[in-house]
Amino acid sequence: MELLKIKGLSKNYLTKKQVICALDNINLDINEDEFIVLVGPSGCGKSTILSVIGGLENKSGGEITFKDDKVKIGYMFQEDALFPWLTVFDNCMLGLKIQKQNTEENKKYVRYLLKKYGLASFEKSYPKELSGGMRQRVALIRTLATKPDILLLDEPFSALDYQTRITVSDDVFKIIKEEKKTALMVTHDIGEAISMADKVIVLSNRPAVVKNVYEIKMDDKNLPSINRKNAKFNEYYNAIWKDLDHYER
Amino acid sequence: MNANNEHKKYLKKLKWHTIKVAFSQIMLLVLFIVAWQILSDKGIINAFLCSSPKKVVDTIINLWETNDLLIHVWVTLKEILISFGLGTIIGIVFAAFLWWSPFASKVLDPYLTILNSLPKVSLGPIIIIWAGANQNSIILMALLISVISTIISVYVGFKQTNITSIKLLKSFGANKLQIFTKVILPSNLNTIISSLKINLSMTFVGVIMGELLVSKQGLGYLINYGSQVFNTNLVITGVILLGILTSILYFIILFVENKIKKEW
Repeated sequence: MELLKIKGLSKNYLTKKQVICALDNINLDINEDEFIVLVGPSGCGKSTILSVIGGLENKSGGEITFKDDKVKIGYMFQEDALFPWLTVFDNCMLGLKIQKQNTEENKKYVRYLLKKYGLASFEKSYPKELSGGMRQRVALIRTLATKPDILLLDEPFSALDYQTRITVSDDVFKIIKEEKKTALMVTHDIGEAISMADKVIVLSNRPAVVKNVYEIKMDDKNLPSINRKNAKFNEYYNAIWKDLDHYER
Repeated sequence: MNANNEHKKYLKKLKWHTIKVAFSQIMLLVLFIVAWQILSDKGIINAFLCSSPKKVVDTIINLWETNDLLIHVWVTLKEILISFGLGTIIGIVFAAFLWWSPFASKVLDPYLTILNSLPKVSLGPIIIIWAGANQNSIILMALLISVISTIISVYVGFKQTNITSIKLLKSFGANKLQIFTKVILPSNLNTIISSLKINLSMTFVGVIMGELLVSKQGLGYLINYGSQVFNTNLVITGVILLGILTSILYFIILFVENKIKKEW
């Protein structure tokens, strides 16, 4: 069942000197519970797709249709953007407070999420007391607290060091699957894309168009860190690597 | 066990260092006062022009006995607190307005720059004509001197707020007021406090300037009166009292700052 349909999406950035065409005729269908990853060369406009879907920026043309009006969007950024002056719990309540849903029930839900993902004892801590991986988990719970139907992840692991990145990818993946969320992630890391996605969409250089779509089919699909060792992983990796034609610019 | 000992030694060293610094600071002051007294006793510096610690103390006692000391200090303090408070509130509100309306901030930018570099003291005479030769002029003068720099520094802080934080709030569907109260204001607490510190010293400049021009009471008046009757003791006493007053107010701000920062 399609949750989100994107048809002929285009986006231009206007400056004094020129019109920069960031997206050109992007077509994309996202089904419920699907994990879709967009990869593309840096600066190709992949983050722009998320910004437009999330309503942070206006589109220049095309159509974005949701299943119904009730579809809620949650955003996660490269920076965790936790507020240092709020406790972990209050950080997680931020979205709910803004949407004026600061109810007892929602507070309970946030506590439940924190407990489930091993952060219960840090409820009253301030973000500076947490490790990079924990911070990113808190950021995800802050997004999940508003009960979004679709998560937009904008290079959520890029600010982390390699090892943390692998473990946090596992954590985030597990949380998204357990909470049964649909996800659209943007990354420039091919390995990250293949290990997490149901479907990888390769974008071209600017203006971005969909260059190729890969359904990631592995036997006994597992956590991202384990998928990386799957026999099929390298096959996909090489194919996508070729698509990205790094030297052709 | 060994590490424990090492830590104890380290703490001891730290403590000793703090004591040494504090002791040297006090000694420096004592040395200065003693040298000042001896030099004027021996007639190496002119006691009539440069006064002496003993004479300053005498002057303070004298002022105390005639009930003038508290009146002068209170008048100056009151003027400072009023213009400091007004300057802070108006400055922050105006900075918020500029943040709110990028159009207004673009339009007003050159005027703010000109006002900021204009020596506000030059407006003194016209302020006296407008507001009258009374406390209102003094407060207005101090306000003018402090408020423009508060506006500019707080506005710059508002504008440099982390973009991702703002994007995050927008992704939750926050309106402009929510963005202001939830991110812009709290993330700029440091900027606001450091602008308070500058604001305070600016207010002092404004108040004393105003008191030198028009006043019948206050430390600025004391200094001005002392110089007119060639009583350097009174002038220097006024300056020292001012120094004490600034330090007290400055430490109050520092105390508040530490209180807030301790939390996070």
